[in-house]
Amino acid sequence: MVRVIAFFVGLGFAGVLLISLFIGIADTISAPVEATAEEEFHKHPKHLALASDGPLGKFDEQQLQRGFQVYKEVCAACHGLSLVAIRDLHALGYEEAELKAIANQWAIEVPSVNPDTGEAATRKAIPSDRFPSPYANETAARAANNNALPPDLSLIAKAREGGAAYTYSLLTGYRNPEPELLKKFPAAKPGAGLYYNPYFANLNLAMPPPLTSEGQVTYADGTRATVAQMSKDVAAFLVWTAEPKLENRHRAGIAVVIFLLFATVLGYLAYQNIWREAKRKVAPVGVLDPANQAKVRRAKAKSGIAG
Amino acid sequence: MSFSWAKPYEPKSAFGQWIDERLPLPRLVYGAIGGGYPVPRNLNYFWNFGVLAGVFLTIQIVTGIVLAMHFYASVDGAFNSVEHIMRDVNAGWLLRYAHANGASFFFIVTYIHIFRGLFYGSHKAPRELVWMLGLVIYLLMMATAFMGYVLPWGQMSYWGAQVITGFFSAFPVVGEPIRIWLLGGYTPDQAALTRFFSLHYLLPFVIAAVVVLHIWSLHIPGSSNPTGVDVKEERDTLPFHPFYTAKDGWFAGLVLILFALVLYFAPNMLGHPDNYIPANPLATPAHIAPEWYFLPFYAILKAFTVDFILPAKLWGVLAMFASILLLFFLPWLDKSPVRSGNYRPLFKRFFWILVADVLVLGWAGGSTATPIVVAVSQIATAYYFVHFLVILPLIARYETTLALPNSISESVLHGEQMESAPIGSAPRAPATSTAAE
Repeated sequence: MVRVIAFFVGLGFAGVLLISLFIGIADTISAPVEATAEEEFHKHPKHLALASDGPLGKFDEQQLQRGFQVYKEVCAACHGLSLVAIRDLHALGYEEAELKAIANQWAIEVPSVNPDTGEAATRKAIPSDRFPSPYANETAARAANNNALPPDLSLIAKAREGGAAYTYSLLTGYRNPEPELLKKFPAAKPGAGLYYNPYFANLNLAMPPPLTSEGQVTYADGTRATVAQMSKDVAAFLVWTAEPKLENRHRAGIAVVIFLLFATVLGYLAYQNIWREAKRKVAPVGVLDPANQAKVRRAKAKSGIAG
Repeated sequence: MSFSWAKPYEPKSAFGQWIDERLPLPRLVYGAIGGGYPVPRNLNYFWNFGVLAGVFLTIQIVTGIVLAMHFYASVDGAFNSVEHIMRDVNAGWLLRYAHANGASFFFIVTYIHIFRGLFYGSHKAPRELVWMLGLVIYLLMMATAFMGYVLPWGQMSYWGAQVITGFFSAFPVVGEPIRIWLLGGYTPDQAALTRFFSLHYLLPFVIAAVVVLHIWSLHIPGSSNPTGVDVKEERDTLPFHPFYTAKDGWFAGLVLILFALVLYFAPNMLGHPDNYIPANPLATPAHIAPEWYFLPFYAILKAFTVDFILPAKLWGVLAMFASILLLFFLPWLDKSPVRSGNYRPLFKRFFWILVADVLVLGWAGGSTATPIVVAVSQIATAYYFVHFLVILPLIARYETTLALPNSISESVLHGEQMESAPIGSAPRAPATSTAAE
């Protein structure tokens, strides 16, 4: 009985699927799906190699400091870093005094309460504060940015397909729309306040090109601040903000894998030892029997057949 | 235990004796996973995955309990509390990555465990209840994993919750009220998050309890084995400890190395970038996809595209539930008396087609729904149902099976005269092969 019911249930599901399949094929033939501008012109991120890549990757402190400088002088005007505390920059090699100075000189102040009147006020940041957000709230952010919301950058390297390579590609990817694109998809022309960038999912984004000319930032370590260099540095910095414990993780990983390899080899030897007496013993028979193989070899040698 | 030669527990000390007379817990453990449980001696490495599932359940419970100490189940605070764990809690990144990837590994070993059962006929009499309790564990795992994925309250958490609870609204009349009742509101919000956290903490302990039943029911007939032939005599078996504890032990080390490689060097490989964006009820992600371990079911859900008598969505939801529920009937669908696929040439071919089919479904579930992907998922879904509901019963009826070995020990010893039995119970085999010309 179970099998009879099952038989019909199975054929029922399969039948409905076949109907779906045929109607789907008919629809596709009668009205082929046309490729969208995004499908044809959206580009995968460029290749980007960073010191933090790979299982042994470590951050390049100098690069992170340069990236932080780009963030501070360019990105921070619109993008928050709300999950990172100023004190965390210690990991980039800044000393306590430098951290205090960074906090004290931060352009945006921290919301607080006037201790005398209880009214809303602001105060200077201190190292234990998280980076103050550039806008009081989402409405303020949208009002200042043509109704677009600049995303918080703390986790951006993990929140986008492609990670740091995506950040780097986006920052260096602004250009005029390809003529073929405009010919084929006139609607893909960037609207008012939008900028064409093939690395962005819908090709047009509201962020104006933030890094436009060499020397926009003057690096303290004398590195030439080309657009590509600044983009790369800030992408590296954002890997750190998204995954500040990356170096600890890599270090711990190496130690754990070495330990587990050692333990597993010992475990395997113990297993071999315990099973020595109980292991099945397979006597080779037929052509695999060494005695028979020797006979074959002898016969071959005698009759002069190679191999 | 059922076999007469199972070694009884003998307390080794006066204290052990004292305990045994009052609370025979050591006796229970000895009989369950110690020297008192005789196991077929011919198990291959596919039999290691049950223990491995237990290992990963333990990892999930231990890491989960500590994570819960730092997690804050609120729509405003959940996302940031997870980041607080990642940044400020001592080894918090390790706990969270171990928990997130531990879930994936739990599913990997469980899927291998399930497919091992399918191939070797472990669901067949007298182990039907072992199989069904295993399926209950699997369903509980799915519920737990889904609710756990909602907790960080990222974009995929939120929209995954929206889509999955939306399944219920496919049912006419009662569907929408059930969905609202489950969520505690019209959309996922604080009420849903709080109850998901509560249940996510509860269910693993329910799983642990069902695992006890699963093992208990297994120990009545004893473990199955690659030949599918019943245990007949003592030399067919070895005591679980030390033989299988040693085998499970080193193999667990091997799997933990793989786990460590993912956990320490590619911890986000199996996740979705969108879940690092805080949940936003006003912005739907471009592609909503569940975690990888649900992708085959997601493909089944999306395969139904035509309103044929019932709405397409309802067909999809019914098929998705049916795809798991039909497994409960498997022991009665496949009535072939031969358990092991090794002795069933026709079944073996279809088994591998099924494995490929499920992988194709997983691929289709994770791909953008182009016409080709939809067509492939429709064919693969149809095969899935036809395989279990039509092909298996027919094979069982018409297949000519191969000759089974007379006993496990015969299949292991390959005609060798000297038995190399458990230590101490038989004379040593000669050191060298004595195959004569």
